[in-house]
Amino acid sequence: MKDSIRVLVDKCVGCKMCESNCHFGAISMLERPEHNKKLKLAVIDLNKCAYCGLCVRICKFDAIEQKKCELQIEIDKSLYRGVWVYVEQRCGKISNIVYELLNEGQKLATELRTFLGAVLIGSDIKSKAQELIDRGANKVYVCDDPIFTEFQDDPYVSILIKLIEKEKPEIILMGATNIGRSFASRVAARIHTGLTAECTSLEIDTVTKNLQQTRPAFGGNIMATILTPNHRPQMATVRYKVFKEAKIEVGRKGEIVEYKVDTQTLLNRTKFVGFIKDTANVTNLSDANIIVSVGRGLGKSEGLELIMGLAECLGAAIGASRAAIDLGWISDMHQIGQTGRTVTPKVYIACGISGQIQHMVGVNSSDIIIAINKDASCPMMQIASYALEGDLYEIIPNIIKEIKLARSV
Amino acid sequence: MNIIVCIKQVPSLTNVQIDLETGRLKRDGVEPMINPFDEYAIEEGVRIKEKVGGKVVVITMGPPQAESALREAISRGADEAFLISDRAFGGADTLATSYTLSLAIRFIGDYDIIICGKQALDGDTAQVGPGIAEMLNIPHVACVKKIELVDDKSIRVERVMEDGYNLIESPIPTLLTVAKEINIPRMPSLRGKMFSKKAFIKILDAVTIGADTKKTGLNGSPTRVIKTFTPPPTKRNCGEKISGAAKEVAIALVERLSKLGII
Repeated sequence: MKDSIRVLVDKCVGCKMCESNCHFGAISMLERPEHNKKLKLAVIDLNKCAYCGLCVRICKFDAIEQKKCELQIEIDKSLYRGVWVYVEQRCGKISNIVYELLNEGQKLATELRTFLGAVLIGSDIKSKAQELIDRGANKVYVCDDPIFTEFQDDPYVSILIKLIEKEKPEIILMGATNIGRSFASRVAARIHTGLTAECTSLEIDTVTKNLQQTRPAFGGNIMATILTPNHRPQMATVRYKVFKEAKIEVGRKGEIVEYKVDTQTLLNRTKFVGFIKDTANVTNLSDANIIVSVGRGLGKSEGLELIMGLAECLGAAIGASRAAIDLGWISDMHQIGQTGRTVTPKVYIACGISGQIQHMVGVNSSDIIIAINKDASCPMMQIASYALEGDLYEIIPNIIKEIKLARSV
Repeated sequence: MNIIVCIKQVPSLTNVQIDLETGRLKRDGVEPMINPFDEYAIEEGVRIKEKVGGKVVVITMGPPQAESALREAISRGADEAFLISDRAFGGADTLATSYTLSLAIRFIGDYDIIICGKQALDGDTAQVGPGIAEMLNIPHVACVKKIELVDDKSIRVERVMEDGYNLIESPIPTLLTVAKEINIPRMPSLRGKMFSKKAFIKILDAVTIGADTKKTGLNGSPTRVIKTFTPPPTKRNCGEKISGAAKEVAIALVERLSKLGII
């Protein structure tokens, strides 16, 4: 059985409401010369339709009919209990995103009247378990073995799947990091369940107890709420810095479960050779609270020193628009925007960036945007919290001076 | 070296405008294009072929109009193209897409490296590449910024991490998703354009690749979109314009940032 959607020919008046509102461009209007009032008819292209149901709700004439057919493959959802958080760590240091996940996970677990589990995979890592309990985990599963020293998809996927099959969690949350997005995809494909990427909001449906996962698409122009109604566990990767970090409660009680397997049985096809740290970009863009970013308005590559001076003064990371990268002023590791990174700092300082849409989708979630630009009419200056009009070569040295002055008082 | 490149046709957002009244995308005149990340995948495939020989096969799953993306890929140096298209594939999420593409790749057969862009512009999930690898039961490395061929049995790649990059070796066959740092895609050549016009694009439907239609399209998708909406305008205390002499502007800003506890 398949979901079906159709336009009821006798009810459609050709008003185009559905056509203009369809996010997927799936509806077009067809001439109906044979109609006695020459009304047009809406036609749905099923290849493009995502069956989101928006047109059904928007149609004032009840002319679109959608039939949802639930899949017959039913699993016994009651067997699945607990909300899990995957504890991403690098060289034994737990990533900050994990604390954000624990906070959100605890909220979901409370609503579902279940427990919050944390899955800690690594080498010589057991000592970190109490830290996770202090941050709200009720149960920590520890998989400690030298094979897990560095993240590699094969062994990590194999162990997590064994653990999922044994313990049957109902929800698994991971950070939408470079590791998380690769790792989660492979796990979901192996166990044939749904995975929703880069979620920015998670809620429990009060009736069905399904996880409502909301995420941006089309570069943040559209939000979509997604369910995994008939499969378990429900998996989601979660965007950085959307949720607050869980508070620390020292000495909280929780259970630590060591999960031992014969690591010889784990797949391990790729080989980790080494890690090369990026020295140019000391502060990680995704983690940064303040970002100073440059664009074409910088005018020359020498100007970068000034930008670095401001960044250093604020303890900020350095970002760039695509224009600054294409001009060869800075490496593309720093690119922010549609084909670069999405960032969510508290303060985003755009120096000489006009604010093309491709750049804006990467910075829209910043709390405060400060724009420095000669052109007061450019998009960045229009949306900025503080729009500073003028020459950045005059303004920035003054800002640095004033910050130092303010700090010395 | 036989290379399969998976691409996606996405709506072009280059000149995207948002209707300020309704907050929706203005779709008029929005041309479809190859997902920008996939252009790096095509280019990398062609570069490997140029270095060691072999062929580049490009595939996409989509409606019949996605054929134009395949022709463009051929004009950029790919040798063959397959359009994986069937009514039964419509409405697929990342799992059902991975399943369908993995069957098509099995049908095409005989591959050493599969290359995908690291994510698509519209869906932005980065899930399909690793999903295909899992269903083909081969290793993968995501978000790669450099590929080095070691010998005909293995490759060494640089995988982008948040704070640097990992060096990883993978046996062949393998799947890689590539980041934009990897290369600068070439423009289509005139010869390539001529070739692409004449190229025969094979269409693979559900029966041909032996797909179980319970596992494809909307039927095979564990996730369901239940609601789409326009995001509420960002709650930012918008719009204070500060102008004047550079010094005064700087003082005004630092004052405000101090008040907010940032400095």
